Amino acid sequence: MNINRRSFLSFVIGGAAGTTLSPLPWKMQDDSAIWSQNWPWIPVPKIGEVNYTHSTCTLCPGHCGITVRKIDDRAVKIEGMKGHPVNDGGICILGLSGLQLLYGPSRVKTPLRREGKRGEGKWKKISWDAAISEIAYRLADLRSKGQSHTLGFISGSEQGTITALSERFMTAYGSRNFLQTPSMDDSYAMVLNLMQGVDALAGFDFEHTDFVLSFGSGIIEGWGSPVRMFRANSRWRTTGGKVVQIEPRLSNTAAKSDKWIPINPGTEADLAFGLAHVIIKQSLYDKDFIDNYSSGFDHWKKRMLDEYRPDKVAKTTGIDNSTIISLARNFARSSRPLAICGRGQGKMPGSSGEFMAVHALNALVGSINRKGGVWAVSRPGYIDWPVVKIDKAAAKGLQQRRVDGAGDKKYPQSRSLLNRFFKMIHSKEISPIQALLVSDANPLYTLPDSKVIKEVFDKIPFVASFSSFMDETAANADLILPNHIYLERYEDVPGVTGLQKPIVGLSRPAVKPQFNTKHVGDVIIGLAKQLGKGTADAFAWENYENCLEQTMGKMWKTLIEAGFWTDPNFKAPKWDEILGSPSGKFAFLNNNTPTDYQYRPVKLEGEPASFPLTLIPYDSMRLANGFIGDPPFVIKTVEDTVLKKKDSFVEINPKTARAYSLSEGNYATLTTPKGSARVRIHMFDGIMPGTVAIPSGLGHTAYDKFLSGKGVNVNELIGSVEDPVSGLNAVWGIRAKLNKT
Amino acid sequence: MEHEKKYGMVIDLDKCTGCGACMVACMAENNVPFKEDESNKLDSITWMRVYKLTNGKAFPEADICYIPRPCMHCEADHGHSPCVSVCPVTATDYSLRTGIVSQIYSRCIGCRYCMVACPYHARYFNWWDPVWPSDMEKYLSPDVSPRMRGVVEKCSFCFHRYQLAMDKAYLEKRRVLKENEYQTACAQACPADAITFGDLNNPEHTVQQLVRPDRKHGGRTKNPRAFRLLERLGTNPKIYYLSSREWIRRAGDNYLKKENKTLSGRST
Repeated sequence: MNINRRSFLSFVIGGAAGTTLSPLPWKMQDDSAIWSQNWPWIPVPKIGEVNYTHSTCTLCPGHCGITVRKIDDRAVKIEGMKGHPVNDGGICILGLSGLQLLYGPSRVKTPLRREGKRGEGKWKKISWDAAISEIAYRLADLRSKGQSHTLGFISGSEQGTITALSERFMTAYGSRNFLQTPSMDDSYAMVLNLMQGVDALAGFDFEHTDFVLSFGSGIIEGWGSPVRMFRANSRWRTTGGKVVQIEPRLSNTAAKSDKWIPINPGTEADLAFGLAHVIIKQSLYDKDFIDNYSSGFDHWKKRMLDEYRPDKVAKTTGIDNSTIISLARNFARSSRPLAICGRGQGKMPGSSGEFMAVHALNALVGSINRKGGVWAVSRPGYIDWPVVKIDKAAAKGLQQRRVDGAGDKKYPQSRSLLNRFFKMIHSKEISPIQALLVSDANPLYTLPDSKVIKEVFDKIPFVASFSSFMDETAANADLILPNHIYLERYEDVPGVTGLQKPIVGLSRPAVKPQFNTKHVGDVIIGLAKQLGKGTADAFAWENYENCLEQTMGKMWKTLIEAGFWTDPNFKAPKWDEILGSPSGKFAFLNNNTPTDYQYRPVKLEGEPASFPLTLIPYDSMRLANGFIGDPPFVIKTVEDTVLKKKDSFVEINPKTARAYSLSEGNYATLTTPKGSARVRIHMFDGIMPGTVAIPSGLGHTAYDKFLSGKGVNVNELIGSVEDPVSGLNAVWGIRAKLNKT
Repeated sequence: MEHEKKYGMVIDLDKCTGCGACMVACMAENNVPFKEDESNKLDSITWMRVYKLTNGKAFPEADICYIPRPCMHCEADHGHSPCVSVCPVTATDYSLRTGIVSQIYSRCIGCRYCMVACPYHARYFNWWDPVWPSDMEKYLSPDVSPRMRGVVEKCSFCFHRYQLAMDKAYLEKRRVLKENEYQTACAQACPADAITFGDLNNPEHTVQQLVRPDRKHGGRTKNPRAFRLLERLGTNPKIYYLSSREWIRRAGDNYLKKENKTLSGRST
């Protein structure tokens, strides 16, 4: 066939006509249109009946009421509980993300036994029977060798039935080494103990104060119960309450305060004493309180007047003489002044001297146990179980001292010293702790000097974690017995950190346990029963739920109906009511500590010659830094001047940056006596020259891909310093240097 | 006859703590996805985004302020919001009934004209299909359809909540919603009570009382503490901000140095 003009045209025209008439192109166009609007891989959430569960959030000690919105048996949203005394409908960023923890990839889905080396990430799935038998076997072995005191237990909280069950287990088993994750609550409890002679927690009547003098407390950064503090802060904005923020860095709290006074880091106590000097000198103190309810004032007054003249304090703190004087006047002349401390979120304890200095300021103006002041809040007393019958093996173990030395001669008032616990083990060749159980805590990440903590873990022959998540501690354990998370379990939640009124919340299952997990309460009861008569007798309950219901007694009904319980008969304390010291008075200088005890600033590690900068950590609501890490939603909100890809930024004053020829976005090595890290530079005019800051909450090595490997963990760069009075860690920073890379 | 509503929001920057709860409340409510790395803020989908402002002064005069930025639901003149005017397929529209600028994902062809037109960067493009790891699909809400690759999305003032509230009202033979019946997820969650939401046309609603909008002048506020973002563009946003600090109010628009007053300041 030869192609001529005629055949070519008929082919083209015929083809065009054929194509036009054929349904194929139209069909294909239609199909592609339909195809491009169909995304079978995009989930279509199922509809169903909407229902709600009221519960209590335990992701932080703020203990807000939450309402979980569900579609059938799926939890779809967590909202703040309306009418709840703590948060009344509001909720924080972490609480909102709870469902990502519930359904997220970092959950431990079944009991796991380590296969490879510690921390290698090789696990074997085992049954619950096998897991509990394995722990029971280990513990029975120790006990039979007379080594029961070498068992350690680290708990995340200090109160509630889970903590009480754990502590009871330790007693029945025969070990005193029961420890809790420390926080500023411990430092405040120490102060109340030393100055007021009471065993109580500190509560603050923020709802009625009109002048808050904050020594670095992140009022809107997560200090205390976050939502409650946010509400209080907003109320001050409308009622005219004043906030003065003292800290070296322009934090969010400083920016929102009425006055930000930058201070040389670590000299906060000096300022408090300087203010006291002015208040005393100008006779602005509360004479009624000082004359009738305090002791040791004359002695203390003399020391203040002699040693803390404002001009001298001005030199130490870097704050003008005149600013100190006017601040002292404004504070003392307010009708309900309140001074608070505990840096950032207060996740770390601090120097007892500093806490006492700030508390003494409150006493000077009479803000103790009165409206708008600091209240001593009794610990909840509803757990009233029969005393444990101690068997022979336990009695032997209980005669041994605690490894951390809490309650001993050196630190008689302390209850638990987690930093010292690790330090003591580190200093011994053979670990005095042969087995360690960890519940609701992540010491490998949250404690400063992580390198030492890691070395200690390597020394302890057996570590078991009850964590619901693959956190750093769980990842380095030998056995993981995953607990239900707070949305799947019952638990009493007593107290709210910093709240002046007694309250008990109830955590209850919003959904069925999603994985093969078990309530830690049931694990402890089961373990005790398996270990033999001596321990089993102390645990008469069938299971945890049964124990909880019995323990709560009359409160149970209210808890089930309302989701929380408050004391209807609660009355605000009065000065003379809660001062439990032998003299019945507030002690300016106390007799329990050496009488010549005098405040000395915490000495930071590192010599200024080789480490010219001061490194401080800072806290942010958008970075969870406790035993819970940031869920994906929360890490998503972190600014790109804090975290960019995998790099953390260090905040530095432009003036300081210029001195080191650093500019925005540069890479640099941040070195401290404890270690070094690669960081990027973020120039921030809000930070004092010579000081640099990095956020806490980053640098996780465990959890999921959304969090792991992002940024630097500040705890790897800072160490710990033992407070001379409490033995708690008092460190707030470290000396550092920056080198451009 | 149903009266014409104009939903709007007032955000008190004196109260806003920059905590980011509004951002997450929004993501959780609206099935907003997330990726492994969200530090490139240009492709990080945040219907509500909290920006940080600085006053540019040196230590110790430095000051910062956070400013949450949802969709402004611009009214412009005759309801011609910048994004609505340019959409070739009417995937986004201005509702004269509620004052809400809608976004219909299945209509969107992904041309992103609206993103160019929006002066507030309130619109986000889905460069990838959303992926929820392991069991996280379980928490997706059926009230909002998850979006697919290739479409634009933005803040809807939680329109599904409006629909649910209206359904309930109709069943109860009502045509008017009470203020607390329809609240956006961010306003509901805000732990600092900084966000107020309601009908700017309804004198009983707090937003109206806070803003006192001048209806003849595109809703310009009569409150000297209040301002809107890029007021002079004439987009007439329905998000109002309150601040007692002058530098923050000035940061809301591009003022010349010699102009010593802000627009809202002048209207007093």
